[in-house]
Amino acid sequence: MTVRAWDEETALAHIRELESLPGALLPILNALQDEFGYIDDAAVPLIADALNLSRAEVVGVVYFYHDYRHAPPGRHVLRVCRAEACQAMGGESLAEYLQTRLGVPMGQTTIDGSITLENVYCLGNCALSPAVMLDGDLYGQVSKAAADQLVREARRNVS
Amino acid sequence: MTRVFVPIDAAALSVGAGRVADAIEREAKSRGAEVTLVRNGTRGMLWLEPLVEVETPSGRVAYGAVTPKDVPSLFEAGFLDGKAHALSLGPTESIPYFAQQERLTFARCGVTDPLSLDDYTNNDGFAGLKRALTMEPAAIVEEVFSSGLRGRGGAGFPTGIKWRTVLNEQAEQKYIVCNADEGDSGTYADRMLIEGDPFVLIEGMTIAGLAVGANQGYVYLRSEYPHAYRTLRRAIEMAREAGYLSENVLGSGKTFDMDVRLGAGAYICGEETSLLESLEGKKGVIRSKPPLPAISGLYAKPTVVNNVLSLATVPIILSRGARFYADYGVGRSRGTMPFQLAGNIKQGGLFEKAFGITLRQAIYDFGGGTATGRPLRAVQVGGPLGAYFPESLLDTPLDYEAFAAQKGLLGHGGIVVFDDTVDLAKQARFAMEFCAHESCGKCTPCRIGSTRGVEVIDKIINDQDRRDNLELLDDLCELMEGASLCLLGGLTPYPVQSAIRFFPEDFDKPAPLQSTAHNH
Repeated sequence: MTVRAWDEETALAHIRELESLPGALLPILNALQDEFGYIDDAAVPLIADALNLSRAEVVGVVYFYHDYRHAPPGRHVLRVCRAEACQAMGGESLAEYLQTRLGVPMGQTTIDGSITLENVYCLGNCALSPAVMLDGDLYGQVSKAAADQLVREARRNVS
Repeated sequence: MTRVFVPIDAAALSVGAGRVADAIEREAKSRGAEVTLVRNGTRGMLWLEPLVEVETPSGRVAYGAVTPKDVPSLFEAGFLDGKAHALSLGPTESIPYFAQQERLTFARCGVTDPLSLDDYTNNDGFAGLKRALTMEPAAIVEEVFSSGLRGRGGAGFPTGIKWRTVLNEQAEQKYIVCNADEGDSGTYADRMLIEGDPFVLIEGMTIAGLAVGANQGYVYLRSEYPHAYRTLRRAIEMAREAGYLSENVLGSGKTFDMDVRLGAGAYICGEETSLLESLEGKKGVIRSKPPLPAISGLYAKPTVVNNVLSLATVPIILSRGARFYADYGVGRSRGTMPFQLAGNIKQGGLFEKAFGITLRQAIYDFGGGTATGRPLRAVQVGGPLGAYFPESLLDTPLDYEAFAAQKGLLGHGGIVVFDDTVDLAKQARFAMEFCAHESCGKCTPCRIGSTRGVEVIDKIINDQDRRDNLELLDDLCELMEGASLCLLGGLTPYPVQSAIRFFPEDFDKPAPLQSTAHNH
């Protein structure tokens, strides 16, 4: 996953490109999160200005949706499905294992900054449970050994 | 040139289809074999993925599940001529799981290259649209109405009635909105269809636009589906370039265009009014109904909100006629339903079948029982708001009314199987926890009730005043069901109460030594 450090100019470029869309707020927030990996507080006044919204309205939306992060993630994001189909195939024990293995609870980033661990409620891979998603790539029937392998590869791969 | 098919569906990729495709290309090159690799959608037999197919003079033959390591031996065995190998499955369409199906909505999925307009048109694609262009709007609506098609998202509301309401509204601007916020665990049909046959959704939405007089459509797709997003965006561009979208659809002088928008991880946005708020760039807080979206929907304009599968079924209804479609099914559940087998199931995957087969047939005839080989104990149909059924209810037919009669729901057709290691008290707790996590916060029964629900279930699990707390939980469920504004709070009692009703022993165990802390 390649994200860049927050910079206002890049943010403004995204905002200008999307501001004229009907219902532009989510497309803008999605673009900013894709670019920077999170929604920087400094983005709020820029968006509010462009869309003629109050800052409170923008913040309200940023905090309503589970996807939006409020701080930069690690170099990789590992999302672990916690929903029922994965529960039926040991998803909970996989989630426990990964938290222990990485030494962080869900929603946090490892100390070396390599991996952010997140909950997700369904990746649509329910016939091949348990499922995880690493930086947008989907994995199915993930054993603990396979999860280890993913973590090792992600840590080796610095981008 | 031999055509070899390796799916590009996200589920197939999740178990290595990409590496298998690479290995086949490399091996073909090193052997000088003439191979055209086609990246198709999935046939839906997900336990056989990566499923590799080879086109032979006598039809397509399948091999699965293939790993990159198997590739040299497949070439050695002569798989390019369809010859036998340890992974041979024979002719794809003779595999019993596939042969027993009635594939109407998914007719092309897994067969064609999802992003080939030629493949699409050579396999009946756009036949429905072409017919619709010769019809009056009211006649299109009538055709959909008489097919008996009901909303495949879960509510099962007749699609034709929704369309008729929008058609009868006088407005300068109307919208078609496709609900692709497939958040129910155990469901993946929308994803599979968008990745495997995106043009059918585009065609269905265009027909809907013609039928009700809407010139703009939006697909609201969940962000957890990046593969589907890429495919659909590309398909929309291609359709536009080829004249199927935009001004002057196929030279008819009529306009319809569409866009795809991504959600941002909120289950509630699968509820249609919350979805509309989100499309407008707001928090996904639900709206009170009435007014119905058909009268005042997106930007307060008359709006058709339909699920992916409903819209994707419209083209075949138009091309083959309402009668053809309505001839499938039972009672008031007409046509076919793509069911999705998930969780602890040996042969997990999607199968499309007329309404009316039983849950048992789905799980055993198609699914082959549990994956672990342990006894089945519970089945949750219809996502996180669906009831947990015990073995004794497996003979319930898979149709809307039969499920409603058992206080369950068919929902979006997801069937999640659990073996005997499941703890239904934990599952009931999860149902409340999920509701608390996903509640939009607008109404108190859902917002507060779900949090209280988790607390009460914790007390029950920990054996604190168990009998009183079970009674309290029952009261709470009754309140949530009756007083919540939408089905999130309104149906969360289904999994909770069914767990208590059918699996009382799980609520009567000795208290665990320490309470189970839950990580968020």
